[in-house]
Amino acid sequence: MSTDAGTTTRTVTGVEGTGRVGDSALRPDGTLKVTGEFAYASDLWHDEMAWGVTLRSPHPHARIKGIDITDALTVPGVWAVLTAADVPGENAFGLEHADQPVLASEFVRYEGEPVALVAADHPETARRAAQRIRVDYEVLPAVTDARRAMDPDAPAVHRPGNLVRHLRLRRGEPDPVAPVVLSLDFEVGMQDQAFLGPESGLAVPAEDGGIDLYVATQWLHVDQRQICLALGLPPEKVRLTLAGVGGAFGGREDLSIHVHACLLALRIGKPVKMSYGREESFFGHVHRHPAALTYEFGAERDGTLVYAKASVILDGGAYASSTGAVVGNAGTLGLGPYRFPSVAVDAYGVFTNNPPCGAMRGFGCVQAAFAHEALMDELADTVGIDRVAIRQLNGMREGDLNITGQVIDSAAPVAELLQIVADMPLPAPLDAAAPDLRTLPGAVGNTTHGEGVVRGVGYAVTYKNVAFSEGFDDYSTARVRLEMTGGEPVATVHTAAAEVGQGLITLQQQICRTELGVQRVVVAPSDTSVGSAGSTSASRQTYVTGGAVKAACEAVRAAVLQRAAVALGRPAVQLRLDGEKIAGASGEVLATLGNVLGDDAVEETVEWRHRPTHAIDVETGQGDAHVQFAFSAHRAVVDVDVELGLVKVVALDTAQDVGTALNPDAVVGQIHGGSAQGMGLALMEEIVVTDGHVRNPSFTDYLIPTILDMPPMQVRVLEYADPHAPYGVRGVGEPPTISSGPAVAAAVRAAVGKPLRRVPIRPEHITDT
Amino acid sequence: MRVTTTVNGTEREVDDVWPGESLLYVLRERMGLPGSKNACEQGECGSCTVYLDGEPVCSCLVAAGQAIGREVTTVEGLADGGSLHPVQQAFVECGAVQCGFCTPGLVVAAHDLLERVPSPSDLEIREALAGNLCRCTGYEKILDAVRLAADRQAQA
Repeated sequence: MSTDAGTTTRTVTGVEGTGRVGDSALRPDGTLKVTGEFAYASDLWHDEMAWGVTLRSPHPHARIKGIDITDALTVPGVWAVLTAADVPGENAFGLEHADQPVLASEFVRYEGEPVALVAADHPETARRAAQRIRVDYEVLPAVTDARRAMDPDAPAVHRPGNLVRHLRLRRGEPDPVAPVVLSLDFEVGMQDQAFLGPESGLAVPAEDGGIDLYVATQWLHVDQRQICLALGLPPEKVRLTLAGVGGAFGGREDLSIHVHACLLALRIGKPVKMSYGREESFFGHVHRHPAALTYEFGAERDGTLVYAKASVILDGGAYASSTGAVVGNAGTLGLGPYRFPSVAVDAYGVFTNNPPCGAMRGFGCVQAAFAHEALMDELADTVGIDRVAIRQLNGMREGDLNITGQVIDSAAPVAELLQIVADMPLPAPLDAAAPDLRTLPGAVGNTTHGEGVVRGVGYAVTYKNVAFSEGFDDYSTARVRLEMTGGEPVATVHTAAAEVGQGLITLQQQICRTELGVQRVVVAPSDTSVGSAGSTSASRQTYVTGGAVKAACEAVRAAVLQRAAVALGRPAVQLRLDGEKIAGASGEVLATLGNVLGDDAVEETVEWRHRPTHAIDVETGQGDAHVQFAFSAHRAVVDVDVELGLVKVVALDTAQDVGTALNPDAVVGQIHGGSAQGMGLALMEEIVVTDGHVRNPSFTDYLIPTILDMPPMQVRVLEYADPHAPYGVRGVGEPPTISSGPAVAAAVRAAVGKPLRRVPIRPEHITDT
Repeated sequence: MRVTTTVNGTEREVDDVWPGESLLYVLRERMGLPGSKNACEQGECGSCTVYLDGEPVCSCLVAAGQAIGREVTTVEGLADGGSLHPVQQAFVECGAVQCGFCTPGLVVAAHDLLERVPSPSDLEIREALAGNLCRCTGYEKILDAVRLAADRQAQA
């Protein structure tokens, strides 16, 4: 089964209200979002609230000799000025290691590190007061090159040294040989998630001495754990509720305003709102790791891969964040969806005094894909076969082992995905006689009328793990209640899962409708009064929280049928629940839900886990590290003005296996958006960091694709159900971000005829100027 | 500073406005109209787009004082009572909304486009919406939504 979503064939399929699993049900928050009534974190407001701001380090590395807050406190309207000394619990937080101070005390280790906080009655008052805090810094030498940071004699950003993680992976022959040997070095710049809704939240002090925090985030419970540590409060006194989230893409996995707003609110006894501006947002969250990659492939003369050797160095910046897990992905998945008899991979994450890096959509696979896909093109050209054919020849198939020795035990349609994109209609050639300026590189800048413009086509394919890996206890919790309200059955689903725009709330409704046969499903606000749902990361929520909601519905159904069985004197196994009806084995209606429930509600809470994953061997990197793999392929078509180095992406077409499309329109929406982010990294998106300083913290200077930059996208969705997953679903969000960028880079190389071993590709790389 | 302005057809007056405040800030924080969004506050993303005397502007770049005595229409003022404007309806139906933070600005910009150009070509849609950043959708379903709204308005 497949679904076409080419721009020429697309029809509106969303229908409000009827949506079960498999329908393109509409978002329940859509109307609020188009009318401006949806409450994002930065929209929160309280009559009594003060505004909090953060003072940040101007230096990438310095010792703090002293902080004088006297002047700041004298500013009229200021309620409080806080420093590290005011952190009541541990002055430390972090996703994998609590290595980052809530507020810097002795050292600052990156430009933008929080040093002090101010609460005032107006945000501008708070900002001006923050400027009057005098911090006496002794500037220290900064380690800003990841390779240099690995030298044993390099200054240590942290004790005992700068290595966050080294993943060593060995498989097959220790010293493989092959008749064809190719190698390359590749560099990937630092990408920003650039979610549009800035980091924001409102902390409200409570009468019990605790705090209620309303915040935009990806995982309420991991936030809660870190906040409790810093505040020295137990979990029951640190209650979090998800505020409206304006995109995330990994950039909200780490804490931002969370502890800061709570500290200020608890100090002044009033609600405190914090909301970053765009410039501060660039300093306020982790980024995608810049990478230096060295790859070598050995192959037979017909192009069959014999071995790979790879080294990946990821610049983790000043604190660990999720660098360890990103290294895990870059190491275990970093050779792409191909069969390699022999492999030697070394992936490193290191500390530097650059901005901290962590999670971003694609998580370690994005950087690696640029390298392995560039090398596959080179291999194709060297052995003289087609660039699609080389990937089909070596592409994984179901039943293959990947490089950690794990069996790919559901669909791995690498060859088919590539064939689909290769067979898609190509865009019309450039109209050389009378080109529309708007379709050309440089567009209405009027830089060319077609002269010097060369077209190129590129392909790429990827696979990505879904959900958390390497033995992580990755579960979600769902609470579902069924009751009669106004004579109608109503289901209420309550989880702590973060809706960040992807459409999980829609899916929760669809699952409840499917499992319980009800029409009305209320999605309760996500908060910490129910168990953890795990992170909205790793393309995992449809699978894991979807699985939990399905399981909770099944438990509710079983409980209802048990009540019915007692009332009707029949075995529960002979009964079915469909909306308002309790039916017998042959479909005859035996009772109504109203009869069975009366005024009672049936409520069940289920903690649900996917099948376990396992740690990999420390010496060999071998093991069943991942729960599921998702595959996608892209074909990019570009026009390049080779004289000016300007690129216009003409088409960006893709095919992806999603297992089962629970909401086909939402699936295609994820694929569109993911493709755009990958394209952005290939051509324009880079946080430029020199000597530890960020040079472009604005949307004026950090460019993300506009509607003029994006081409039409043909999308083909394959549905090879995964027998191990709820409904056969396969994670969707990340693969398109991984395969689109390398396809664009390949298309530019094809047009320009240069190696182009760095992304983003800038005009000067194309023109050699 | 006192700011008196007509917002969505109603005269509004707010006091104690600091002269450095933007129209966006006054709408969001003083008038209880947070629909216009604060994604960049640098005039680059378009999420704060409102009409000022009928012209679409980035309200983050308009000083509050510049709005005195003028007419402002925000995303909250586009729906007709209980029914969505066709542009809003099309955004909901086409899946043009994901996180939705860009949506208010895009709805206003698309509304403006269809007022001026009832049946825009795809290139005209792309040009008109080029000042509005969206990070979630890759813009495909936004194009779908504008086409659908244009079709429906043509049939109405």
